[in-house]
Amino acid sequence: MTNSINEIPNVKAMFVIGSNPTEAHPVIGTKMKQALAKGAKLIVADPRCIDLAEHADVWLRLRPGTDIALINGIMNIILANEWENKEFIAERTEGFEKVREAVQQYTPEVVSKITGVPVEQLQEAAKIYATAERASIFYTLGITEHTCGTDNVMSLANLAMLTGNIGKESSGVNPMRGQNNVQGACDMGALPNVYPGYQQVASPEVRAKFEAAWGVPLDPNPGFMIPDMFGAAVSKDLRALYVMGEDPVITDADANHVRKGLEALDFLVVQEIFLSETAKLADVVLPGASFAEKTGTFTNTERRVQMVNQAIKPIGNAKTDGEIICELATRMGYPFNYESSAEVMQEISKLAPQFGGITHERLGTQGLQWPVPHAEHPGTKFLHEGKFNRGKGLFMAIENQLPAEMPDEEYPFLLNTGRKLSHYNVFTQHSPSLGDHSPEELAEVNPSDAKKLGIEDGEVVQVASRRGELKTKVKVTERVPEGMVFMTLHYFDSPTNVLTNGAYDKVTKTYEYKVCGVKISKIN
Amino acid sequence: MEWLTLTIDGREVSVPKGTTVLDACRMNNIPIPTLCHAPELTSAGACRLCVVQIEGMRNLPPSCVTQVAQGMKVETQNPKVRNARKTILELLVANHPLDCMTCQKMGDCSLAEYAYDYGVTGTVYQGEKRCLPIDDGNPFILRDPNKCILCGKCIKACTEIQGKSILDFSFRGFDTQVGPAFNLPYNESDCDFCGSCVSVCPVGALTEKQMAGKGRPWEVSKVQTTCPFCGVGCNFDLNVKDGKVIGVTSNPEVPVNGKALCVKGRFGMDMIYSDNRITTPLIRKNGELVPAEWDEALDLVATKLGEIKKTYGPNSIAALSSAHCTNEENYLMQKFMRAVIGTNNVDHCART
Ligand code: SF4
Ligand code: SF4
Ligand code: SF4
Ligand code: FES
Repeated sequence: MTNSINEIPNVKAMFVIGSNPTEAHPVIGTKMKQALAKGAKLIVADPRCIDLAEHADVWLRLRPGTDIALINGIMNIILANEWENKEFIAERTEGFEKVREAVQQYTPEVVSKITGVPVEQLQEAAKIYATAERASIFYTLGITEHTCGTDNVMSLANLAMLTGNIGKESSGVNPMRGQNNVQGACDMGALPNVYPGYQQVASPEVRAKFEAAWGVPLDPNPGFMIPDMFGAAVSKDLRALYVMGEDPVITDADANHVRKGLEALDFLVVQEIFLSETAKLADVVLPGASFAEKTGTFTNTERRVQMVNQAIKPIGNAKTDGEIICELATRMGYPFNYESSAEVMQEISKLAPQFGGITHERLGTQGLQWPVPHAEHPGTKFLHEGKFNRGKGLFMAIENQLPAEMPDEEYPFLLNTGRKLSHYNVFTQHSPSLGDHSPEELAEVNPSDAKKLGIEDGEVVQVASRRGELKTKVKVTERVPEGMVFMTLHYFDSPTNVLTNGAYDKVTKTYEYKVCGVKISKIN
Repeated sequence: MEWLTLTIDGREVSVPKGTTVLDACRMNNIPIPTLCHAPELTSAGACRLCVVQIEGMRNLPPSCVTQVAQGMKVETQNPKVRNARKTILELLVANHPLDCMTCQKMGDCSLAEYAYDYGVTGTVYQGEKRCLPIDDGNPFILRDPNKCILCGKCIKACTEIQGKSILDFSFRGFDTQVGPAFNLPYNESDCDFCGSCVSVCPVGALTEKQMAGKGRPWEVSKVQTTCPFCGVGCNFDLNVKDGKVIGVTSNPEVPVNGKALCVKGRFGMDMIYSDNRITTPLIRKNGELVPAEWDEALDLVATKLGEIKKTYGPNSIAALSSAHCTNEENYLMQKFMRAVIGTNNVDHCART
């Protein structure tokens, strides 16, 4: 996020798009409700009637996959009314003219046709966002989990720059990171193209720095991204996979393809705390420790690095993931001799400039928001104040694109996926009380579709896509529009990802979890 | 900022304009009992336990809703003030169950603490005790309406922290109750089970079901840590007794969330002891995963990875690191792949 979570209650206008904070980021959802109680305006763009839609000043019920058209349309209206921030555009950005040109054809009428959103609502949303004193955009996977995810994100950046709503307190573009430490895993270079601190593997100077620090020559070529790994396993370019704390069989799109890849490997090691579906396929399973059993740090969505403190000893014979990796490295002839995770952090702070001033001791009970370049630096509450990383903010003209797979005659329903409040991915299924509270998948289907299919609330149906099929209970509800089914990713018994499409964004290789075609059939 | 000077119990102190008398006292380490006030909620002045004497005012005003004025003279402990507070406590105790020895809140209960402090015996007024059913129809929150002192804090927490309005007063007079509107059980209301109401309840009326009977506040050590579930990064205290996590309590001092948490962070920690935990290494032998010693498992992994690297090259090996693991562990994993194996084949589910 460019801003901090505790800036949210002071936002004057919130634009929430492709995100369901009250369920996926609950405490952020409550901060948004606190902003509403203080009189903030709220625009929600979502095909589903999420909880926040009921509190919104304008709810834009757009057709899935039409986000770019929607945003271009809003920019068209802003320009037509001269609500843009001319000073900000002149001083802090470049490339604006191209965007002005590109959005010309996205008139309210055209956009209304593409998105299904009435013209008046588009106008109202543009006015609220552009004329507020401090407006912020919030988005999550509803924006990124598309084949055009990168373009969606750039569209939102265009909108923020057009109105100068970035680089200020309570005003910015805020992607909310999903899993607890997905921010940190990226920061630490658990990515095939960058070392810790987003330093490029391809840069000879950077590589030389890490070669000197680690004392070995390093491979100059970026490695496989996840979607490539399973294909490479099938073609035998990949022989061994070491999986730590992930369950790709359940969480990756097109699960059957993933399973095939894993089965083709010569050697699969899974290090996990639960016997996951992926672990069941492993040659060796190594028991890791839960967060309560170790000391280290997580980095949240506002870039705050915070302590995880050990409360109990590892359960049974388990060991912390860090300990296991160190033992393996040592056995393979490169001793990892760290006294503690604090010592690992010392090494990180020497190599990743954003973490330069971070030590476990300094984090204490309050944590620090990176960048923290040196030991006296207090941390950074919001980004892009005064200037962007690249200097000027670059406008990019973006055209609307359709998802890779749309519903058709054979698979007439659009499957949309997401999360619900009481669970987090598949992890929380292991909590007996949460499992008890929310025990099974309830695929949401619109009443008129249910009527056509002759299915009732609570009935078990079969859902199939080109890639797989499953059985699930149905909840008949107006929350989803006609022609859409909504399912979560939380349940082993209804593994939604056997249905989803393995197509992905060309830059980030993020799967298109959010849109694919399915059919629903009654089980007799 | 404008500063005001006042005298509290004969001591001259200065506070910023807009400060309440209660906060002025607390800033200066002068204890005032409160039941309906919480720093993170708006004040109602409902319980009147925080009364003080202020020169020139006829009644004893509640300090939590009285603003400091220049030159104010405040007394917080004189007999008149203490007697007024004692009477309030006597009345509350008169119809309060006295099963303190088995109450989960024992040791952390504001009513018991103040009753002790003010020498309340429970014999001054003979009140009728309530005999209402306990609401335990959900896995998370135990509500014992007999212990409720009607302070209204839970109602405010639900509205002001959680942005829901599940809780309210029902009925009137002696029959007044606080709970989900229309006096429904929690699981039939629209409750999110965030537990904010539990975290502000001063007595044993709202408690964490999973912690019932597991430990007393003074037996428990609290370890502040970061939630393992979502990217908001809430912090809370794990409550540990005899080497076992018995539950979670919120900690108002933490940076992101203060007392707020969601159902997962507050009530999902029983996953630590899930039956699905793997507690020993497993090796596949004749198609079955069977338990093994650490040395055997680690040697096998090291040998196998070494062989594959030698035969097919380092790029035939890849790793998935984890958005659930710590920064330090992710750092070690990518270093292991890059420096020990010799490949950049490391990624994680960054995109979910
Ligand atoms: S648990 Fe949360 S939502 Fe439910 S009543 Fe308490 S404060 Fe309100
Ligand atoms: S349940 Fe607790 S917080 Fe709510 S009114 Fe009763 S005593 Fe106060
Ligand atoms: S308590 Fe809830 S909102 Fe907070 S980090 Fe945990 S899962 Fe996220
Ligand atoms: S604490 Fe002041 S009236 Fe209750």
